[in-house]
Amino acid sequence: MSAIAAPARIGRLGLYAFLVGTALFFVIPLLVVISTSLKSLDEIRDFSIFAPPSSLHFAAWWKAWFAACTGLNCGGVHVGFWNSVRILIPSVTLSVLAGALNGYALSHWRVPGADLILLALLLGAFIPYQVILYPLVKITSTVGIYNSLPGIIAVHILFGLPVMTLLFRNFYKGLPDELVKAARIDGAGFWRIFASVMLPLSVNILIVATILQTTGIWNDYLLGLIFAGRENQPMTVQLNAIATTSTGEIEYNVNMAAALLTALPPLLVYFASGRFFVRGITAGAVKG
Amino acid sequence: MRIRNLAAKAVLSPTVLVMLVCFYGCALWTAYLSVTRSALLPNYQFAGLFQYVRLFATPRWNVAWSNMFLFGVLDILGTLGLGVLLAVLIDRQVRLEGAFRTIFLYPLAISFIVTGLTWQWVLSPTIGVQNFVRGLGWSDFVFDWITRPDRAIYTLVFAGVWHQSGLIMAITLAGLRGIDREIWRATRVEAIPTWRVYVSIVLPMLRPLLVTCVVLIAIAVVRSYDLVVAMTGGGPGYASDLPGKFVVDFAFERANIGQASAAAAVMLASVLTVLAPYLYLELSRRDR
Repeated sequence: MSAIAAPARIGRLGLYAFLVGTALFFVIPLLVVISTSLKSLDEIRDFSIFAPPSSLHFAAWWKAWFAACTGLNCGGVHVGFWNSVRILIPSVTLSVLAGALNGYALSHWRVPGADLILLALLLGAFIPYQVILYPLVKITSTVGIYNSLPGIIAVHILFGLPVMTLLFRNFYKGLPDELVKAARIDGAGFWRIFASVMLPLSVNILIVATILQTTGIWNDYLLGLIFAGRENQPMTVQLNAIATTSTGEIEYNVNMAAALLTALPPLLVYFASGRFFVRGITAGAVKG
Repeated sequence: MRIRNLAAKAVLSPTVLVMLVCFYGCALWTAYLSVTRSALLPNYQFAGLFQYVRLFATPRWNVAWSNMFLFGVLDILGTLGLGVLLAVLIDRQVRLEGAFRTIFLYPLAISFIVTGLTWQWVLSPTIGVQNFVRGLGWSDFVFDWITRPDRAIYTLVFAGVWHQSGLIMAITLAGLRGIDREIWRATRVEAIPTWRVYVSIVLPMLRPLLVTCVVLIAIAVVRSYDLVVAMTGGGPGYASDLPGKFVVDFAFERANIGQASAAAAVMLASVLTVLAPYLYLELSRRDR
């Protein structure tokens, strides 16, 4: 037995060693940030950030939330947190709803040029923000929503349209056409079929889409920076401003606590919904 | 029937309008601005390739442009290599598969801003790895890439691989699980070594999937902005600048619309170049 099994066992050992090593590469940065956020500044100065904290200090978390400074504003990241929430809720709701309706219209109704619309959406999903940023600023300021909450929400909905529509379209395409036909014979119209046939079947895809948009919009930086305006800066924008403001000694513990607070909502979504999250990112990534 | 279709058309028309105006209209607008004399303000007088000639004579752009290729090649190799390897290893019926998957995927839920800041701290010579190794007693150990103009761009690869390889793992693993069991049985009968089966049979079968992965990473590289902003700020100087950051800086900080538009048009051309093989695969699959 041992003559054959020995190399196999060594291979198996190597396999686990590599997986564990890689897992450490993935976990260590997060552990470093968590442990440093719980240290005092003295300890950070005297010991390595890779060392575990000798005692737990929650002062940095308190300061990050209530009193961290960006320039002269010392309100902490809770300001950005609530801004992000205000941006997130309408943006996610409306873009998921728009995606569901579009996807339904494109999959079960005959629409002229449907293939062309799909191709336009697919290509649109890949256009870098930077390519259309300046014209979009011009358009939103002409309309009067540049640098405002409605402005950033509109831009998030806009950039969500391609992926959301394609996600729902592919899902609805997989549902049998007979469902719609039967409902039509019963006299139901476009809206009625959507509300009482399609939506009840869409719970899973609605969850996937909501998770995809929630993490995407929460983690956005560029659009928030350009379109939200000073009053509505999302948490990521505020975090980066705090972390790159360097007056006096850098308070690494406060900066890292602020980073964790910013990362926490999407991480919670991820850990609470692993399977749906994976479906979302892979579907969002591999369309078609 | 016609009245019912009217609802589908009514639902789709705002999307079609918005796609036409905001995606394609704005992209054309940018493309047109790139062949005008626009500077601080847009100027619609045609100027041929003036902006492009000037762009490619700008040292900062040339650094950003070549950084895109350097970062892109290394990031694609690293992310694809690690992602596929992890998928193959996990496919070998490992224990704690769920735990490994969770660990490899969690960075995807974290924003590029938090990712960039985290890696900036870990790689910082004063508090990060260098400081740690010196603390172990190796007092002249040097690892200061993030502060060196000739090395800073490489540090982005660490963060890029850390953030994205979980996605590649998830996509590849889904592909591996979809491989016909009969193929494995046949190779076992022939006594082909497992690694040979992956290299010569299974992975080639997944080629369309892997092409998609490469395209996804490449497009993420062309668009990348947040990561470099948070991690190096494009520095030292502009040593780790990327086109995505160049465009935003020139459009909004340096207020040079002409240069920003020309750079954005180059970005768009890069994305379309990368996208061509993907669209070819995608469309030929649809036709089948």
